[in-house]
Amino acid sequence: MSDAIIELKGVTKSFGGVVANRDISLSVPRSAITGLIGPNGSGKTTLFNSIVGYHPIDSGSIRFEGREISRMRVQEIARIGMLRTFQTTRIFGKMSCLQNMLISIPHRKAGFLDMFARERGDVAERAEHLLAFVGLYDKRYLRAGSLSFGQQKLLELAMALMNEPTVLLLDEPTAGINPTLINGLIDRLRRANSDFGITLFIIEHNMRAIMNMASLIYCLAHGELLAAGNPDEIQRDQRIIDAYLGAH
Amino acid sequence: MDQIISNISILKAAPIFNLGLLIDGLLIGSIFALAAYGLALVWGVMNVKNLAQGDFIMIGGYLTWNLSRLGVEPLLGVPIAFVTLWCIGWIIYRAVVSKVIARDLFTSLLATFGIAIVIQQSLNLAFGPDTQSANADLPTWQFANGLITVTSTRLIGFVCAAILATTVILFMKNSRIGQAIRATAQDARAARVLGIDTEKVYAFTFSLNAAICGATGALVAMVWNVQPFMGTTYSIRLFVVVTAAGFGNLPGVIAAGFGMGVFEQFGGFILGAQYQQALIVLLLLIVLTVRQLQQLRERQAVQ
Amino acid sequence: MNATSLQPLIFWLLLLVGIAAPLLFPDYSNQLAVLWLMVIFALTWDILGGQMGYNSLGNIFFFGAGMYIAAVVQIGLFYDVGMYTSAGRTTHIVFTHAQYFTGFVLGLAAAGIGSALLALIIGWIVFGLRGPYFAIGTLGVAVAAAELMASWEWVGAASGISLPVFPGEPEFQKLFFYLLLFALAFVLLVFLRWLYATNFGLAVNAIRDDEEKAEAMGLHTRRYKRTALVIAAFFLGIAGAMFGNMIGFIEPRDIAFPTTTFNIFMVLMVLLGGKGTLWGPVVGAVIFHVIKEVTWTYFLGWQFIALGLLIVIIVVYFQQGVVGWLMERYPERFGIRVAPKEKEEPTVRMEIHLAPHSEGAE
Repeated sequence: MSDAIIELKGVTKSFGGVVANRDISLSVPRSAITGLIGPNGSGKTTLFNSIVGYHPIDSGSIRFEGREISRMRVQEIARIGMLRTFQTTRIFGKMSCLQNMLISIPHRKAGFLDMFARERGDVAERAEHLLAFVGLYDKRYLRAGSLSFGQQKLLELAMALMNEPTVLLLDEPTAGINPTLINGLIDRLRRANSDFGITLFIIEHNMRAIMNMASLIYCLAHGELLAAGNPDEIQRDQRIIDAYLGAH
Repeated sequence: MDQIISNISILKAAPIFNLGLLIDGLLIGSIFALAAYGLALVWGVMNVKNLAQGDFIMIGGYLTWNLSRLGVEPLLGVPIAFVTLWCIGWIIYRAVVSKVIARDLFTSLLATFGIAIVIQQSLNLAFGPDTQSANADLPTWQFANGLITVTSTRLIGFVCAAILATTVILFMKNSRIGQAIRATAQDARAARVLGIDTEKVYAFTFSLNAAICGATGALVAMVWNVQPFMGTTYSIRLFVVVTAAGFGNLPGVIAAGFGMGVFEQFGGFILGAQYQQALIVLLLLIVLTVRQLQQLRERQAVQ
Repeated sequence: MNATSLQPLIFWLLLLVGIAAPLLFPDYSNQLAVLWLMVIFALTWDILGGQMGYNSLGNIFFFGAGMYIAAVVQIGLFYDVGMYTSAGRTTHIVFTHAQYFTGFVLGLAAAGIGSALLALIIGWIVFGLRGPYFAIGTLGVAVAAAELMASWEWVGAASGISLPVFPGEPEFQKLFFYLLLFALAFVLLVFLRWLYATNFGLAVNAIRDDEEKAEAMGLHTRRYKRTALVIAAFFLGIAGAMFGNMIGFIEPRDIAFPTTTFNIFMVLMVLLGGKGTLWGPVVGAVIFHVIKEVTWTYFLGWQFIALGLLIVIIVVYFQQGVVGWLMERYPERFGIRVAPKEKEEPTVRMEIHLAPHSEGAE
């Protein structure tokens, strides 16, 4: 039983009159892959945004490695080791892939004078190694904005790995990827978890993908936590099936 | 500094002065509110922050002044300026604004700034740098032993502004074009899918705003004065109003317009007329700083 | 042969031309000096606008601040500033050679450092704003400064300050200020070339491309933004001090904080030459300045109308600028590699393209 690296207690967030997350409590175990599923509009991305500090929460507590982070800003949370990828795949379009990687070094280690340094050989080497890991080594000098959508997603993943995070929150990593390439992506995510020891917390709509990867899955519906369990339990849970099919 | 203190003590000693300033502020504020509405309209519908707003007002003002020099009743300047500026606005939209609408926001800002410079300098070249006003020769009323003066021009200005604002607002609510404009403001793509010609909507909105500015300018020429370079002050002033209220919040914009009028009257009285420009710019910085602090609580930036 | 290998050659050429110019065209010394000032304006604006994506309409604030700080130091070291400014026009106040040059050097230093410190304060006020709000906010700062200086008696209010007279022949004076401005411009160019190749260059470009993403990666965005502004302010401040002394007289609205002339020129020059490139601002400054000097007299009376029209034309039709256009046409020459349009895997993403307008106005 691994300890929880992220702990949410009673997290509530509303926008105007709409309650996007209501009283959500869950824990993400360290070094494992955890999934977050739920029909559209159930509040998954809002929950992610709350965790990474994109907006303040109305009430509740969010702890990362035992430390309360609900009042911290995005950059601070990123610097203590929790990173997220975006649903719409964001990379720095006008720079080359390699430059994208170089700017993704872990900034918690960067002092004031590091602003004026040029990246040394070992950092560039690591960047190339990670680009090779995602299969973009040949494209490393190309302008990132000119890559295909799938390739940009891989670049985003490589950049996240470059940042040496402890936890990676992935928002629909397989969305928009050609079905024949999804297996490759899943494989890389698994290896990021097993080889690099990174905890993964993944929002997914692709059931096959998430059932394959995660050991624990949470399901949200209407802004509340509906169910939790391992893939077998989740697949057999009628409530979840109902929620997806809109039986209400 | 002493002047400021003595001004403040006058206000404290004779409360009736405060009332006078308040009334004046509201009357003038009505004109600000009208022009601010136009600015908020263009901002909300097309996401264009029109830095030439004040200069459109000046064109309206100069038009009215010229008419009054020719013997035409200045009040007629309101409808005439309305129509004239509508046409000018339409031309400017087609020639410049339509080309920069799809680009980033800074481009449209810079483009309108360029237009502002062209207008200012043209007016300067045509009419010289002196301030002018269109005299309507209307009576002034005095209250409270002469301590409060209300010029009927200002009252008429208020009434005109109110009528115009009401007309435009009713038009926006009830007409088909008004609905089309509001739809486009909410979601341009969806509007297009529904068959609304957004180009026409944009052209209409921009022209409407210019026309509103024209009418405002006519009122300004009567109630106050015009000068080729005053446009910038108006633009900043109106920008402060819209930013403070939030461009989607139209009742708020109108209220803030009135507030601006009152603020300027008091500020002008206490600090003296030469600080007018400085006061307005400082208010701009204060409003922007307050906005930032508000946004900071939501961990966003002022976009 | 591409742009990168050509660079050192271009720098040497520039150095040569820069030093030779006033000797070859002594009559144009002043215009050439202003040319280098334009280059400084363009390069400093580009740090924030082109490289970092923060389009400022108030950079002139630092120029004027430097001008005033230097003046106060130059005078204040030897006389009471308040008395000097009020006596200004009636009495002729004398500075010895030593006094002038000591004051000048210290004034330049104070201008640079003072502007840099002001940048920290201004940055705190404006960096929470984005896009047009940032532009208008910075414009507001510049206008506010002009108004405040215009009402402050101690620095001469609207009448301004007459600076200590330059001790030396007019010919020497022209050469002196020309060389100073050229040196500053050249140093700035060399400095930026180095700076943009470090992490700083990558970081500010990342902020420009996607600030939220940069924050999400843990980048110290505030640190970089502040530093960018401090660097720009430092060079602008010194330039202001130099220019003030070159003119011999400073005044708040038209010389120190000219919000509708120099302030806008810097934006136009960068747009014309190419935002976000090292040489774009330089090219833009040269083209703009030359055209302006040649045509200004022909447009007498209509200059500002022409200026306004120029703004509109540049903004509408010259979005990329000269260097930007070149980089688009010949990317290989500049070391940019673009992925070839390969027959790649089809994606499941659906996009509905409607009317010609692009994705929103941002």
